[in-house]
Amino acid sequence: MIVPDNNVIVNEVEKLIEKYGSGRENLLPVLQDIQRKFGFISDFAMQEIAHKMNIHPVEVYGVVTFYSFLSTEPKGKYIIRLCKTISCDLAGKDAVANTLQRELGLKFGETSSDRKFTLEYCHCIGMCDQGPAMLINEQVYTKLTPSKVIEIIENLK
Amino acid sequence: MPIINDTVFFDERAHGEALEKALKMTPQEVVLEVRESGLRGRGGAGFPTGTKWMLALTAKSDKKFVVCNADEGEPGTFKDRVLLSEYTKLVLEGIVIGGYAIQAQKGFIYLRGEYAYLYEYLNDYLERMRKEKRLGKNILGTNFDFDIEIRLGSGAYVCGEETALIESLEGHRGEARNRPPFPVNTGYLGYPTIVNNVETFACAYIVISKGAQWFSKYGTEKSKGMKLISVSGDCKKPGVYEVPFGIKVKELLELVGAEDTKAVQIGGASGICVPMSEIDRNISFEDIPTGGSVIIFNQNRNMLEVLKNFMEFFVEESCGQCTPCRIGNKKLLEGVELLEEGKCSHKYLNELIELGKTMQIASKCGLGQSSPNPFISIVTNFKDEIMSNSIRGKNGY
Repeated sequence: MIVPDNNVIVNEVEKLIEKYGSGRENLLPVLQDIQRKFGFISDFAMQEIAHKMNIHPVEVYGVVTFYSFLSTEPKGKYIIRLCKTISCDLAGKDAVANTLQRELGLKFGETSSDRKFTLEYCHCIGMCDQGPAMLINEQVYTKLTPSKVIEIIENLK
Repeated sequence: MPIINDTVFFDERAHGEALEKALKMTPQEVVLEVRESGLRGRGGAGFPTGTKWMLALTAKSDKKFVVCNADEGEPGTFKDRVLLSEYTKLVLEGIVIGGYAIQAQKGFIYLRGEYAYLYEYLNDYLERMRKEKRLGKNILGTNFDFDIEIRLGSGAYVCGEETALIESLEGHRGEARNRPPFPVNTGYLGYPTIVNNVETFACAYIVISKGAQWFSKYGTEKSKGMKLISVSGDCKKPGVYEVPFGIKVKELLELVGAEDTKAVQIGGASGICVPMSEIDRNISFEDIPTGGSVIIFNQNRNMLEVLKNFMEFFVEESCGQCTPCRIGNKKLLEGVELLEEGKCSHKYLNELIELGKTMQIASKCGLGQSSPNPFISIVTNFKDEIMSNSIRGKNGY
């Protein structure tokens, strides 16, 4: 993925402000859409949003860095979030975690150099009765086993 | 053991049509019906729903808001996901009924980012309701206007706390506010706002549909109605169960096929750990209150590892705003690590318990007030195991 140039961001922010409105209460939906489209929220994007919403860029930065699903650094096309909360842990999270790290060649918290995959841990995703579970972007995968994980990753590669 | 024959949620034929009924009543009558039912908030705190709605109804303002708290982040809870995806009508029309009861114009569903895959489905459902005149202008031909917007969260557990949730809706960091003022008079954008759990709205629907008397037949003196429980961990049949309030922990364990049980965590990470010697206790606001998370541990589980998992969760999810929660959780986690290494003296352990009790009093919001619960209950109930862990070294090996 190529880092978007600033004109694209200006246009996108303008479009989103038109869609949601320029009031502060619309900040999160705007940020979520920028995150979804570009894979991260750049310094320039934060400044542009702040300018259009008439708030200080630091306010925007404060919000972006508060929420774990928003990021200031580029993330992969596929963000894999493995649940590490207790029920998934009891159900065999460690074997799944090892498989993910080995197959992707990534440690948790890392993004692949081709920006295809980001591997992260997350907290409870509400699939406790069907663990171990993970999210890939907005899709949920349950009752994971090492061989199931290998198949899922192969399909995305 | 009471086998549950009556189901409120899982039998669709029993749901009835509550919206039609509510709109024929006055807002006051709706609120009084909910109050009479004894319905208490299903998120876990158990505030009487009728009282909350009455406060919002009587608040004077030209704008009012309803918020459905679908930020179901408590570890081990998933009943709201099931309600939203399979019993959508109960929840969404329950929100409309709440809006009518307090005379609001707009409602929000704050859906956690982890459930983003439900967004499109719910939006389509809302669109269908608008076409059927069950949402939007002149609902069911009356002069009541009300609409619902879905807002997504972005992965912050603390936003399940109602004032943090409102902060997030307003485009801020999800940091809890001081209470009072309460959202019922100073909520979203400063307007009167009710924030209720997904299950609470579904219950309100049932209350209106079947009547307060029918609803309050179930449960105990101070905990009326049925409760959805999310069961996970070491048992044969994990899943969502509908049980009357007052059910004994023992009965629930039998129901879900739990064998060789060592302990049950009730109320998620912020709940308490119940050892086998206390399974005659019951699930209710009088005894063990819960938002509905039940996690079962069998004899092979290491309770110190369980505790460490919970404390890591709180260290990461504390918003950092107030000191008791920000520093306290770190100290408790360090204590768990000392226990693992066999370096935590009994004296220091007692000091940590005291620290936990201080956090319960001094933290600003529910997160820090309840995060010491698993620490205190696990180190108290499993002291021998925890301390022998420390003598034998990591993981008890």
